[in-house]
Amino acid sequence: MPSGNPETLTEARRLRDHFAANGAQVVKADVLQSADTLLDLYGEDIRARAYLTADPLRGEMVLRPDFTVPVVQMHMESHADPARYTYSGKVFRKQESDEARANEYVQVGYEVFDGQNPAGADAEVFAVIADALAGLPVRAATGDIGVLMAAVRGLQTTDARKAALLRHIWRPGRFKALLKRYGGGTMPASRAALLAADDPFAAAGPDIGLRSREEVTTRIAALRADAAAAPIAGEEIALIDAILSLRETCPNVLSALRDIAVDMPAVRDAVGRMSARLDAMAARGIDVARLEFEGSYGRTSLEYYDGFVFGFYAIDRPDLPPVATGGRYDALTARLGQGRAVPAVGGVIRPDLVVGLSC
Amino acid sequence: MLKLGVPSKGRLMDKTFQWFGQRGVTLRKSGSDREYAGAVDGIDGVELVLLSAGEIPRELAAGNIHLGVTGSDLVREKLANWDSRVTELAPMGFGGADLIIAVPQLWVDVDTLDDLDAAAAAFREQHGFRLRIATKYHRLVREFLRDHGVADYQLVDSQGATEGTVKNETAEAIADITSTGETLRANGLKILDDGLIHASQATLFRGRRAGWTDEQRQKLKALQLVLGI
Repeated sequence: MPSGNPETLTEARRLRDHFAANGAQVVKADVLQSADTLLDLYGEDIRARAYLTADPLRGEMVLRPDFTVPVVQMHMESHADPARYTYSGKVFRKQESDEARANEYVQVGYEVFDGQNPAGADAEVFAVIADALAGLPVRAATGDIGVLMAAVRGLQTTDARKAALLRHIWRPGRFKALLKRYGGGTMPASRAALLAADDPFAAAGPDIGLRSREEVTTRIAALRADAAAAPIAGEEIALIDAILSLRETCPNVLSALRDIAVDMPAVRDAVGRMSARLDAMAARGIDVARLEFEGSYGRTSLEYYDGFVFGFYAIDRPDLPPVATGGRYDALTARLGQGRAVPAVGGVIRPDLVVGLSC
Repeated sequence: MLKLGVPSKGRLMDKTFQWFGQRGVTLRKSGSDREYAGAVDGIDGVELVLLSAGEIPRELAAGNIHLGVTGSDLVREKLANWDSRVTELAPMGFGGADLIIAVPQLWVDVDTLDDLDAAAAAFREQHGFRLRIATKYHRLVREFLRDHGVADYQLVDSQGATEGTVKNETAEAIADITSTGETLRANGLKILDDGLIHASQATLFRGRRAGWTDEQRQKLKALQLVLGI
């Protein structure tokens, strides 16, 4: 279905009005955005997923792949708290592997910046979106990246290892490989040889390039420290695995997480936040007893979600992309705000998919 | 008529002509040496189209030629979902080269992708920008690094003399084609232990675009029979 067809635009208007009726201010963003910010946030991956183009005066520009970044930037200048925004417009995404998926489509979003009551804001965004999709054959999936991050921060190991694991939260393959090695897996042969050498620089070639000999020396020292550190205990790795493999209704997950928190007190606050969120959702009429939770949900998206994450999927249509997605992105506001962070949560709906499911 | 695209000049063309010649199909340039027109002897109904090796993937995918000889690296780099758009009929055993990732020999702490990832994180912290990898194979390199979970790098385009970019400080590492590694060593670089992205060689491909006539299908079968592939 073409993204600009009248039914889609009518539905987009309905959704935006629905969000505005919940107190959101309607905002707009330019289609062409400076690419620097996105490249800094997401790196090369953004080139595979967004359309980049060159402007002779402004440098590299990107056709907006979502509204979140411009809305956060706009909010950071306004300083309002709390604040709610809604927007409606096309976004552009390259589809490198699936030609059947649209590369331009309308997104209607709802973003809440509220530092006072994060659990309430999470519940609000989820409920407002669920309400907008009421009556459609969709199922919700939820997760919480904050629980996993808290578990990693609480590991009994070096700060360097925790930082490396946190850096790869969104790359499950690398995360698993690192965890395995820190858990006493074997070190690559090349590294063992390097650490055993009398003069590590014996085979070094000429000093070329921007990465200096001092930087190499610093990393060798870090490798030595890592080699001397005790492996992460098998019990702790088992707890991380347990969190990642959770796949149950929210109340069952909550009780499993409370059990995990007995052995791993570091996750207690994150579990408390989840509990507060579920209460707030129930108060808004969400049937949390039947709501699904997946421990590793939201880890493979490009987004910067670092807390509550959710998506709504068409039942019986696993071929379709999610009808709505969202989550908490506090870290993104910290990055864009140069140190000043504003707790933020939001979600988007695709009106073209809503129309497709309504008929 | 079945259109066969072959590189229009150099060693790749000569070797391709040789490969077909050894199997009883003679390909040759017709007219003067400067003209890009060709002729086929030894089988009917096959037309020779001389093209730049870099354009053959695109022309195969578009259906403008039915068969084509080009490097397997070029097909993977230039065509998204390459295996749904072309089929490999026969690897041809020449034009071999490896697409690899290489870093300065000075980096004695970096021998694997795992090391590269850690070095990239530290580099970004220290210098305020992502570690630069010079290449012309953007898609292949990006997919490879994504599949292996390497972060905090950026690709910078380099269409030639890529081995010199590190010395010139326009990149910290490179991803390039090499056959012997000699140029890399001469420029103070080394290949990562697990840095082989793709082992390329000249390959005969067929386009998978729909719309082949029965006659064209039969012609391909006849050609495969003659070539013994």
